[in-house]
Amino acid sequence: MIEAVGLTKRYGAKTAVYNLSFQVRPGVVTGFLGPNGSGKSTTMRMILGLDQPTAGHVTIGGHPFRQLPNAPRQVGALLDAKAVHGGRSARSHLLSLAQLAGIPAQRVDEVLGVVGLQDVAKRRSNGFSLGMGQRLGIAAALLGDPQVLLFDEPVNGLDPEGILWVRNLMKKLASEGRTVFVSSHLMSEMALTADHLIVIGRGQLLADMSVTDFISANSADFARVRTPATEPGQREKLTAALMEAGGQVMSEPDGALRVTGLPLPRISDLAHDADVRLWELSPHQASLEEAYMRLTQGAVDYRSTDDKLAHLQPPVQQPHPGQPGYGMPPQPPVVQDVPQQGWYAPPPPGQNPYTSPQQQPQPSDTPKDAR
Amino acid sequence: MAAASAVLQSEWTKIRTVSSTVWTLASALLVTVAMSAALCALMSSTFDDLSDLERATFDPTLISFSGMILGQLAMVVFGVLVVGTEYSSGMIRTSLAAVPQRATFLFSKIAVAGALALVVGLATSFLSFFLGQALLGEHRTSIGADNVLRAVIGGGLYMGLIALFSMGVAAMLRSSMLSLGILVPFFFLVSQILSAVPKAKEVAAYFPDQAGAKIMQVVPNAMNSEEAPYGPWGGLGIMLIWVAAALIGGYLVLKKRDA
Repeated sequence: MIEAVGLTKRYGAKTAVYNLSFQVRPGVVTGFLGPNGSGKSTTMRMILGLDQPTAGHVTIGGHPFRQLPNAPRQVGALLDAKAVHGGRSARSHLLSLAQLAGIPAQRVDEVLGVVGLQDVAKRRSNGFSLGMGQRLGIAAALLGDPQVLLFDEPVNGLDPEGILWVRNLMKKLASEGRTVFVSSHLMSEMALTADHLIVIGRGQLLADMSVTDFISANSADFARVRTPATEPGQREKLTAALMEAGGQVMSEPDGALRVTGLPLPRISDLAHDADVRLWELSPHQASLEEAYMRLTQGAVDYRSTDDKLAHLQPPVQQPHPGQPGYGMPPQPPVVQDVPQQGWYAPPPPGQNPYTSPQQQPQPSDTPKDAR
Repeated sequence: MAAASAVLQSEWTKIRTVSSTVWTLASALLVTVAMSAALCALMSSTFDDLSDLERATFDPTLISFSGMILGQLAMVVFGVLVVGTEYSSGMIRTSLAAVPQRATFLFSKIAVAGALALVVGLATSFLSFFLGQALLGEHRTSIGADNVLRAVIGGGLYMGLIALFSMGVAAMLRSSMLSLGILVPFFFLVSQILSAVPKAKEVAAYFPDQAGAKIMQVVPNAMNSEEAPYGPWGGLGIMLIWVAAALIGGYLVLKKRDA
């Protein structure tokens, strides 16, 4: 059990972590998510007593880390795969750590076997790939058979076999009643591994809930509807009918419609009433990644912009845009495109207008491009 | 609480499993012994060219340690690398996550590395002395002569203390490159040059290496140099104060700063 209360860390004027309170319970895998620079690693370091919090405190099993009796036997941590003296062999590195906690040398060979590094145990670790470094770091964390395990980005650089192995390892460790706290950027991986999520952004707690609750609270489920491509009139007819019934309709890049605010049977009924045939009517369940993106879009510090290559490409002769009367048939400005960049503003938790069909969506709820 | 004996054992494993330990300590020994022997042989053959005053204050013991000017740099590198590589590799976070008691961690490391440096330093000074005396021919002294044994053991202590001082500095600066960039020019150039400049030499006499090196002299004003305002043990005492200050400084930095 890891418990943080009002954890705050300032570096000069920059606040890395602010008033963070959470509990990491034993028996489940707890995922720790947040954009780059949101304070995940700082929090992990504070849990391990490496950084001193500016305010608040964090305890493991009721003790601050620095006062834990024989810390390596109670807490295992992988912080940085490359935090190893490159001139030392994998086995010597683990042996020096084992001796600290009075762990017998046989255990070193045991964990080397567990992580699959037994063949390179005598090799200097500066020749290791990132994936091998991760395995060595995981071996160090497992060394003392601890009840509490922390992993910072454990699957970075691992091959697919390694990722599967780490996933199963985390689940196994948790099922043995241990406390497992894992940070990662890989949402698809987290969705498969974690049972519970703690999400931070800009150093503050954004969410602390189970994965399923998190997805349903932070996502919009929608229906994909496709009308026959051969009859464009049907698409407009259906759009009008759906909007009249209170649904929101957006156009997807492939010509399908994204309908929110109406349950699937109602969409089918409306189409039938409007005498429109449907080629597709499919429910779309949001993924953890979408839910995460919605939640953290406001808290992202580092966002990429389009690479325009402005001064690298020869100037292109721009055709004169749209002279009136030429080639521009009037179009009904009905259907908005689904934004391909950025995300919608997240609905406040608990009152998600997209998931409950009874609620009448207000015009101000029209999704707007976040950027 | 990780027991101190466990930490000592672990630090011993760390220090013996990196190759830098072997090559820095071996070069400290070889460079000192070889350069001292060469200078002793040279001195022996050119003794008649020395001035009367220099001949009168000839110190065969000190001459046989003259290679330490270069050999001590290898000791500096050893001391810096023992502490500095923890930081440059990031190992410090793994180490401190395993030993949250930072005083136990740092002083165990320093005890293990310091003891090793002292053993190698003593071996160096005894080897240097006996080889040097053998090459000095008729100008030699013997280990049984007054104060000579003190000077030879002092030479070993000096090497060990140089390594400890470097560890303290590296713990304060938390970087191998920075520590080496400061310590090597200081011991090899700044201190040597300042001790030859008229006014500055009064201050330079209190630098750790200048003060500590006095323990290796048997004749107080050897080779017609100026006599220091302190005795051989006083000089070593001054060096010990420097070493203690560096180690305490290193501990305070480790205790206060985030790893």
